[in-house]
Amino acid sequence: MSHAHSADLTEHAGHHGHAHDHDEHEESFVSKYIFSMDHKMISRQFLITAIIMAVVAMTMSIIFRMQLAWPGEKFAFINAMLGDKWGKDGVLDPNMYLALVTIHGTIMVFFVLTGGLSGTFANLLIPYQVGARDMASGFLNMLSYWFFFLSSVIMLGSLFIEDGPASGGWTIYPPLSALPEAMPGSKLGMTLWLISMTLFVVSSLLGGINYIVTIINLRTKGMKMTRMPLTMWAMLITAILGVLSFPVLVSCVVLLICDRSLGTSFYLSDIYIGGRPLDNVGGSPVLFEHLFWFLGHPEVYIVILPALGITSEIISTNSRKPIFGYRAMIGSMLAIGFLSFIVWGHHMYLTGMNPFLGSVFVFTTLLIAIPSAVKAFNYITTLWKGNIQYTPAMLFSIGLVSSFVTGGVTGIILADSTLDINVHDTYFVVAHFHIVMGLSAIFGMFAGVYHWFPKMFLRMMNKKLGYLHFWVTFICAYGVFFPMHFLGLAGVPRRYYTNSNFPLFDNLVDINEIVTVFAIIAALAQFIFIFNFFYSIFRGEKAPQNPWNSNTLEWTTPMANIHGNWPGALPVVHRWAYDYSKPGAENDFIPQTVPLADGEHDGGGH
Amino acid sequence: MKLLILLGLVLLIIAVHQLMRVVELSREFRKTKEWQVTDSDNSFNGKLMLLIGGFGLIGFFFWQVARWSDNLLPDAASEHGNKIDVLWTYNVYLISVVFVLVNAILFYFAYKYTGKKGVKATFLAHDNRLEMAWTIAPAVVLAGIIIFGLKYWNEITNRSSNPDKVVIELYAKQFDWTARYAGFDKTLGSTDYRQIDGGNDAGLDTLDAACNDDILVKNEFHIPVNKEIVFKMRSRDVIHSAYMPHFRAQMNCVPGMVTEFKFTPNKTTAEMRKDPYVVQLMAGINEARAKKGEEPVEFDYVLLCNKICGASHYNMQMTIVVENEKDYKDWLLTQPRFRKRVASK
Repeated sequence: MSHAHSADLTEHAGHHGHAHDHDEHEESFVSKYIFSMDHKMISRQFLITAIIMAVVAMTMSIIFRMQLAWPGEKFAFINAMLGDKWGKDGVLDPNMYLALVTIHGTIMVFFVLTGGLSGTFANLLIPYQVGARDMASGFLNMLSYWFFFLSSVIMLGSLFIEDGPASGGWTIYPPLSALPEAMPGSKLGMTLWLISMTLFVVSSLLGGINYIVTIINLRTKGMKMTRMPLTMWAMLITAILGVLSFPVLVSCVVLLICDRSLGTSFYLSDIYIGGRPLDNVGGSPVLFEHLFWFLGHPEVYIVILPALGITSEIISTNSRKPIFGYRAMIGSMLAIGFLSFIVWGHHMYLTGMNPFLGSVFVFTTLLIAIPSAVKAFNYITTLWKGNIQYTPAMLFSIGLVSSFVTGGVTGIILADSTLDINVHDTYFVVAHFHIVMGLSAIFGMFAGVYHWFPKMFLRMMNKKLGYLHFWVTFICAYGVFFPMHFLGLAGVPRRYYTNSNFPLFDNLVDINEIVTVFAIIAALAQFIFIFNFFYSIFRGEKAPQNPWNSNTLEWTTPMANIHGNWPGALPVVHRWAYDYSKPGAENDFIPQTVPLADGEHDGGGH
Repeated sequence: MKLLILLGLVLLIIAVHQLMRVVELSREFRKTKEWQVTDSDNSFNGKLMLLIGGFGLIGFFFWQVARWSDNLLPDAASEHGNKIDVLWTYNVYLISVVFVLVNAILFYFAYKYTGKKGVKATFLAHDNRLEMAWTIAPAVVLAGIIIFGLKYWNEITNRSSNPDKVVIELYAKQFDWTARYAGFDKTLGSTDYRQIDGGNDAGLDTLDAACNDDILVKNEFHIPVNKEIVFKMRSRDVIHSAYMPHFRAQMNCVPGMVTEFKFTPNKTTAEMRKDPYVVQLMAGINEARAKKGEEPVEFDYVLLCNKICGASHYNMQMTIVVENEKDYKDWLLTQPRFRKRVASK
């Protein structure tokens, strides 16, 4: 079916050049803006949904950061946000604190940095950059968004139920998440969390399969795999990781649903809770941890790889230089993708898993540092002797390289099981993954939005507001997460409602205050972005054909969101995407559609 | 108050609206478009890259080290912990150097190669020697890290073969800890979670005679210095994690299984209280407490829960006292035994 659909489109545009104009008039509001099957519209739907989710998750983080910096103080803001039940007199309730950190993590990891990042940029860029009329299956693509939407609605809906949302941490380890007696969040809230995540996985699989098929089958003439922009490689590998690992999360979740509702004992054994012994014997929470992290670890690469792909493109374009080591970059991403499946145990050194198995995971985990280091060095070499154009997208891309390195090096400590013993589950870990995964991925996402906004909305974002947004965000992001390393080194466990409940941590008050102040400023700074984004959609300057003088195919499509992307025949590709500042060329960029000159080498030779 | 906020918001919207009108109107008079990056934009951001990215970030790092390195955990108080500390020091120096160098180079390049009109970048697509160099260099360094890390890991996690060890059970539940010592028979009695009730809240098997003289304590437990302590960990309800940061010890307590961690404490609580680092650490803590109007405290080892376990997760702790063997034995003799506890109910 899907193949027929796209073949039909090819025919359409190929043979009757103007047929698509006709189509557009026929489109109703519903089929254009709501149940759209056009990859560009779906991409915008994903982005705007993700922005809304991100604002919710960010607001949550501000609430619990206020509690951590000034425990027990009364804040009208907290009362206004949570009402009298969860924020009585403006003091955060301990159960709600756990709910907030849980939903903050869930939304950020899955809804913003997986659904939002891949959903937006894979959808926008794959057909554009491989030269296809649309995704292989527009219908599945539409379903992918609507499953994502449904799952977002259920996740947000769970915030408004009587017992509050899921609150066992975003990793929802049983028995805590399995037993309603264990905490209020393990009642209806957890059920909704599980339903929402199952729908999310459906969305992710529908999208992922589409991305893979489109990249493999619908590349235009001349678009060899080794000529694809690195964004495409990143999206391809990400989609493969998702398709292979997300189903395991479903099995993990289904078994948990069985334990919760059908009385099975996959994860439960020898438990006494709520004043009675349970009948469950023979299960093990460690099984859950294995299943969860079999997704959970590839997941962090599902989050970071698209960001790395996006910045590869942006750094090369704005350094006016080819990306350094194109093939090494592909190789690194493939290596990271492969290794990401055999490192999950590094989350489990201290769970009761056999220590010998732990040592195997130490080995595989540290191996993954090698391709990561190669990528970082290649980015830096791309800047070397460049002619760097500081668009807001470029600023965020350089920010990503910095945070990827800063957060990456602490990974070396945590991967080492011996050193992990004392910092496992402390703020050191919180600092590590927020910098290497959270910041890097969100920087990549911002970079992508600033860079491709003209393709999405046909207008330009305001540059100066972009600069302001970057610098405030960059400073505050480090201000929030860097000091957390020191909390970890002082032995402060994560997910504590207050750090000042016993004398041990009384001397760390100023760290917590600094973190919170930076967090509040960072949150406010995001409104600069949100204003710039929505303002520019309607009132930004009209975008020219190729504002960043870029080589990739998306800048050859007309500046109008037309069905089928190219009005005439599909473009033919003659070279790789990175011929910037090539000696002998007139301009400092040569689009992929320009044929090779006599004696000219493709792919970086000259 | 609400009216004021509303009024403020309206004013803000009007101000932003007017400002953007000005921006929009000025578009027509500009030579370059607003979004086009000019040489002065490049130079401005390039300088900020050096100032904020380079000096700022690296300076912030050193400022934090200077400010907070006296607030961190004291040196380990256990034998394996001392080894972890050595390994830790090497690794942290290594990653700090990498962090500083790589960020310095990144932001220096970002500044140095700031774009200018008329300049053309150098076309450099790849260089096999360079790429080999930075594949092999991390590989060699990481090999070292793996070898040393795993050597210690194996020592720490190997089963104890020490005949002179002290076995203690740590039993976790929402939201407190119980420590159990073997009695005169030197055997921890078996357990059965179905027998948990008011007088038997650690779920000992009352049919097992070995339980009768077991010693159960809450809030505070004692261990002898310089003896190997083997902890057997159990949980009643959800996953907890026994975290003893001063000893560099941590292990999850998982319902349905017994987990294990061992260490040999090598500083008594009294010795720690005299340690110069700990003295200044406690001075800082007591200063902070005085500001809050709280009583000064003395240093104590502590057992924390480090796996999210419910509403009072943050408040699940136990004091650990390390003392010489004689004091330890005297203390143990004064503690009530299991059968007596049941009988007295």
